[in-house]
Amino acid sequence: MAHWRIPRMDCRHIMAEPILRIENISKRYGKKDVLKGASLDVNKGDLKILIGPSGAGKSTLLQCINFLVKPDEGRVWLEGREVHYAHKRDLYAYRQKVGMIFQDFNLFDHLNALENVRIGMVQVKGMPKAEAGERAVMELERVGLKDHMQKYPAQLSGGQKQRVSIARALAMDPKVMLLDEPTSALDPELIGEVHAVIRDLGNNGMTMIMATHQIGFASSLASEIVFMEDGRILERGTPDKIFNDAQNARTREFCSKITELYGER
Amino acid sequence: MGTRCGIVSPYSPILPLNNGKASAHEAFHFWGRCERMPESLIAIGDALPYLLRGSLVTLIVVVGAMALGLVLGVPLAMGQVYGHWALRRAIAVYVWFFRGIPLLVFLFLFYFGLCTALDINLSAFTVAIIVLGLISSAYQSQIFRGAILSLPEGQLKAARALGMSDIKAITVIILPQALRLSVPGWSNEYSILLKDSAVTYALGVAEIMARAHFVATRTYQQLPLYFAAGMIFLILTWMGTKSLRLLEEKVRIPGYGSSPQLAAESFDP
Repeated sequence: MAHWRIPRMDCRHIMAEPILRIENISKRYGKKDVLKGASLDVNKGDLKILIGPSGAGKSTLLQCINFLVKPDEGRVWLEGREVHYAHKRDLYAYRQKVGMIFQDFNLFDHLNALENVRIGMVQVKGMPKAEAGERAVMELERVGLKDHMQKYPAQLSGGQKQRVSIARALAMDPKVMLLDEPTSALDPELIGEVHAVIRDLGNNGMTMIMATHQIGFASSLASEIVFMEDGRILERGTPDKIFNDAQNARTREFCSKITELYGER
Repeated sequence: MGTRCGIVSPYSPILPLNNGKASAHEAFHFWGRCERMPESLIAIGDALPYLLRGSLVTLIVVVGAMALGLVLGVPLAMGQVYGHWALRRAIAVYVWFFRGIPLLVFLFLFYFGLCTALDINLSAFTVAIIVLGLISSAYQSQIFRGAILSLPEGQLKAARALGMSDIKAITVIILPQALRLSVPGWSNEYSILLKDSAVTYALGVAEIMARAHFVATRTYQQLPLYFAAGMIFLILTWMGTKSLRLLEEKVRIPGYGSSPQLAAESFDP
């Protein structure tokens, strides 16, 4: 018996352990249930795209994943270890490993691009300033902003700001990145440069969960599309399945509308 | 007498009177009134070094009170924005208390009341700084609280998302931005404190007003001396607000505009 059991367990551990596991997350604001038990398994290298109408709970789910919003219920595992977010030390260590990109960038306004990328490494990881600075330059180069590193957020365009914020998250060596509508606040002509950076990340094997309305971009890159409505995950599947052969009527309706809007799939 | 102040002698023919058309009577009257001017100027000139030493006392009181107010006001503001509800309530009461009672009452309460009752031996000068500082801390906490609240919520979120503790996020991200935004408010607070500091004369602090009063009542030169005191206050206010404006410009985040409305509304010679 034991002869075959041990290798089988090892096998399962290696193959099926999701890097991030979210179970039954619920959140209510007053009387309104914003999230009604959302669960998600994310494997290494996955790019999960959250779609759904406004108010579906996409943003709340993302913010619950790194506990910027405290969920009322639910558990989160990162690399097989449960996150005990009530323990500050555990929470801060976990957040370092989960990069967050916001819709409105949230760069630190009093710091220039370089300092924005460097501050996490210096203040949170305790790296020496010079070493962190070198790494920051590297990350800024990766998002194509090395020439702008002395500029302050107010001197950068929206697309540049979002790329700085991606560099800031990458500098922390995250295991998973959460992107909350990263291009929603951008002028249409600036969306491309941010998409290019995200695509590059995906190609390099970064694990990501992204909420977006950019269907064309999503379907070309996603490993799975997750359709949310009214605080629940209604349906999930490959881009092809969700956009062409969705089971749920609401999914089909939403997809056809959004395809009309954002077109060019 | 007149020459001592470098004033043109009343009898010198340099100033033409109505192109020489004025009557002798008018001319006499004009010079007659002017004759007292040099005396006033002499009174100011004589008292000036004494008054200026007083302005040093005033400045130390004001700067000391502002510093005390800042040191107390910043944590008060932090507590009021981020603290537990009981702490917020306590701070609100503190602010309400120190903003609601006149300065003179506080000065007397501390100096003649508390210090005597508790048998603490503090100089009037020290009490002035402490009382002005406590009152200022209530006002400065509100300046600072407004500055914190005007920062976008996302700043704190982004800092937390990087793994910063709340204390770190507040000291590294929120504080430097909020302090910058507070500079125009401080300019206002400085000019109010400077003028309020004249009240400490009631305790016998040897500041500008006390000295002007002292000389005026002994020389009977009230007009020139109180005028001089007023001018010194005016210049100190102007110098202070001007330097805070330069500070504001210096710490301004590149790409952000200065406060143009403030600049347009304030008279700035």
